Amino acid sequence: MKAIPVIAGGLVVMLVLFPLITVWRWAETGSSFSPADWAALRFTVIQSVLSAGVSCVLAIPVARALARRSFWGRSVVITLLGAPFILPVIVAVMGLLAVFGQNGILNTMLAAIGAPSVSIYGLSGVLLAHVFFNMPLVTRMILQGWVAIPSERLRLAESLGLRGWARFRVLEWPMLYNILPSAFGIVFVICLSSFAVALTLGGGPRATTLELAIYQAFRFDFDLGKAAALAMVQLALAGGTAMITVFAAGKDPFAKGLDSAFSATTLAHDGRIIDGVAITLAIIFLGMPFVMIVGHGGGAIFDLPSSVWWAAGRSIAIAVGSTVLCLVFALALARRWGEVIGSAGIAISPLVLGSGLFLMIRPITNPFDWALVITMVMNATLSLPFVLRILRPQAESIRAEYQHLARTIGLGPMAWVRWVLIPRLRRPIGFAAGLTAALSMGDLGVIVLFGTSDHATLPLKLYQLMGSYRMDQASAAAVLLLTLSLGAFWICEYWGRKDA
Amino acid sequence: MLSFESVKMGFDGFDLSVADMALDPNIYAVLGPSGAGKSTFLSVIAGFLRLKSGFIRWNTTDMTKSSPADRPVGMVFQDHNLFPHLTLYRNLALALTHRRRITDDQDRAIRSAMDRVGLGGLETRKPAAISGGQQSRAALARVLLQNRPITILDEPFAALGPALKNEMLDLVSELAHERGNTVLMVTHDPNDARRIAPKSILVADHMVHPPVETKDLLSSPPPSFAEYLGQVPNS
Repeated sequence: MKAIPVIAGGLVVMLVLFPLITVWRWAETGSSFSPADWAALRFTVIQSVLSAGVSCVLAIPVARALARRSFWGRSVVITLLGAPFILPVIVAVMGLLAVFGQNGILNTMLAAIGAPSVSIYGLSGVLLAHVFFNMPLVTRMILQGWVAIPSERLRLAESLGLRGWARFRVLEWPMLYNILPSAFGIVFVICLSSFAVALTLGGGPRATTLELAIYQAFRFDFDLGKAAALAMVQLALAGGTAMITVFAAGKDPFAKGLDSAFSATTLAHDGRIIDGVAITLAIIFLGMPFVMIVGHGGGAIFDLPSSVWWAAGRSIAIAVGSTVLCLVFALALARRWGEVIGSAGIAISPLVLGSGLFLMIRPITNPFDWALVITMVMNATLSLPFVLRILRPQAESIRAEYQHLARTIGLGPMAWVRWVLIPRLRRPIGFAAGLTAALSMGDLGVIVLFGTSDHATLPLKLYQLMGSYRMDQASAAAVLLLTLSLGAFWICEYWGRKDA
Repeated sequence: MLSFESVKMGFDGFDLSVADMALDPNIYAVLGPSGAGKSTFLSVIAGFLRLKSGFIRWNTTDMTKSSPADRPVGMVFQDHNLFPHLTLYRNLALALTHRRRITDDQDRAIRSAMDRVGLGGLETRKPAAISGGQQSRAALARVLLQNRPITILDEPFAALGPALKNEMLDLVSELAHERGNTVLMVTHDPNDARRIAPKSILVADHMVHPPVETKDLLSSPPPSFAEYLGQVPNS
C-alpha cells in the first residue's frame, strides 16, 4: 500500500526537477541580460505590486458590504466571486475588451460626450484584467475574516455603541491587518507569473512580463539560451516569492461558510449607501464583461468553422485527460508529505516548466508534435497543489477512521479506493475535478509555446482569431469556451453532490 | 489456543510486555487503568502494531507477522465499525468479497448473519438510519460472517445505555458459546466483566498479566487497579 504513493511522488518530483535542471544548464549558454530584459523584470514587479494593491483596496468596501448586508441574491453574488478562478483568461480579456476596448461601451460613451478615449493596452489593461481576476479572490478572503470575528466581539462593539472610525479601529482593522498581507502576497505571486493577460493586453517594450519575454525568446528569436536565462530569473522571483507567501499565509481562499450575514445590528445601521454603491459597482465591473461576451457571440456559435470545433474537441480531450491524471496523483499523494511534494508546482510558472520540457524533449523528438500531451501533463501538474489542498484533509481523516476496519476485512489498495476513498471523498473530488477540468479547458499557457495551428486548443484558436481581427468568430468561440469551462466545472461538481 | 511467548511492544516511549500465557476458548475481560495499554494489547493481537520481540501463535501457527486480514481474528471497534456511505448489506458483504456481484451462497450467509443478530429486514439501511444498538449488532454480524475463531472487542458498547448494553453483552456471550470462540473484550465497567467473562486479564504497570478468575480480580484487586476502581487498596 506504501509503494503507490512513493511512485507517484517520485514521478512528480522528476517531472518538476528534470525540466528545471535542463533550464539551468541551458541558461549558462544565454547571452547577457539586455535592457529589454531588465525592463521586463521591472514591469513584472511593478504591475504585480499595483495589481495586488488595487485588488486589496477595492476588495475592502465590497467585502464589508457583503459582510453586513443581507439582501436578495447575496449568496449568488458570493458564489460568483469564485467564478473568475475557473474563467478562461482569454474569455475574460475578450469581455474586458468589449467594455473597455477601442470600440467598447466605455469609449463609445466617452466619445458621445466628447471626452478623449482610453486605451486598454499596456499597463492599464494588464492591471484591469488582474484586478478583474483577483479582486473577487481578495474579497472572499476578507469576507472570511469578517465571518471569523468572534460574535462576542461584535456584540461588545455593539453594546459600546461604536461607530465609524472607532468601529473600524476595533473590529475591522485588526482583521484586515491579519488578512491583507497574505492576500496581497497571494495576488502578487499570481500576477508575477501572469502570461495570458500580458500576451493579450501587454507586450511591447513597456508592457512585457518575464513570462511573456520567455515566450518571445522562444517563438520569435528562437534564442533558447536567452529563454532559459529568463526562466531562471522568473523561477527565482516568482518561485521564491511563492514559497514565502505559502509558508507565511496559511489562509485558505477556498474555505466554505461565507453564507450568513451578521445579525449585529449597529453594523448594519449606517453605510447603507456606501455599501449599495460598492456592491453595485462590483457587480457591474465583474458582470458586464460576461454580458457583453454572451451578447456578442451567443448567436453565432453554430456558424463557427470546423477548425474551431476541432480545437474545442482537443480542449475537451486535454481537460478530461489532465483531470483524470491529476486526480490519480492527488489520491495517491493525499497525505502530508505528498502535499509538500505535489505543491512544488505552485512555485514554478507554466512557462518555466514548459521551457524545460521543450529543451528536454528537443534532442529526442520534435516537441511540437507532443504539444497536446505536454499540455495535458502540465495542466495536471499545475492543478495538483489546489487539488491536494482540497482533498488531503478529508482523505487523512478517512484513513485515520477506517484503516483498521479496512485492514481487518482485508481491503487491498484498489478495493480501498473503490469502496471507501472515492465514495467518502465524492464531494471534494467533484469540486477538485471541476476546478482542474475548467482550468485545463481554458489554459492559455504552455500551449502557446508548443502549439501550432494544426493542433491548437480552443483558447489558442481564440487567440489566433483575435490576432487576425476576426472578432465575430472570436466572440462566438469565447462563448463556446466559456460554456465548456463552466459546463465542465458544473458536471464534475454535480457528480460530487448527487447521491451515490 | 491463543498463546503469547515473550511478547514485547513499544512505540513513542510506551512499553508493554505480555506475560507468557495460553488462552483456551472462553470469554476474557481485559481490564485495567486508563492508558495502561488495553487497546494496545488488542491492536497487537489484531495485527495493527508490530512487536518488538516475541511470538503470537494460534494453536501451532505463528501469526506474529501475518497481516490483520490473514489472522484468525475478528474485531469490533469502539466506533467506525461500518462505512457510513454503504448499506448494511454492502458493509457486511465486504467482509466476504470485494466484488460488486454477490453469489447466492454469500447472500445466504449475509442474510442469516443479519437474522442471527436481529437485523433482518434492515439490509438497505445505511448506518446513520439505524440506532446505536443496531450498529453494534451489525458489527457483531460482520464478525460472525468473517467466521474467525478469535473475537476481540475494544470497548464495543461504551456508548449504549445500561439495558441495551446488557442485551449486547448477552448476545456476545451467546455467539461465543455457539461457536466455541476465544473472546477478548476491553471494558471500563467491572459489571461487564462480571456479566459475561469468567476470566479477566489485567493490564497494569506496563504488563499484560495472565488471566485470573474475574470474581477474584474484582474482589481483591492489586493496588494500581483498586485505585482505578475507586476501592480503598487492601492493606
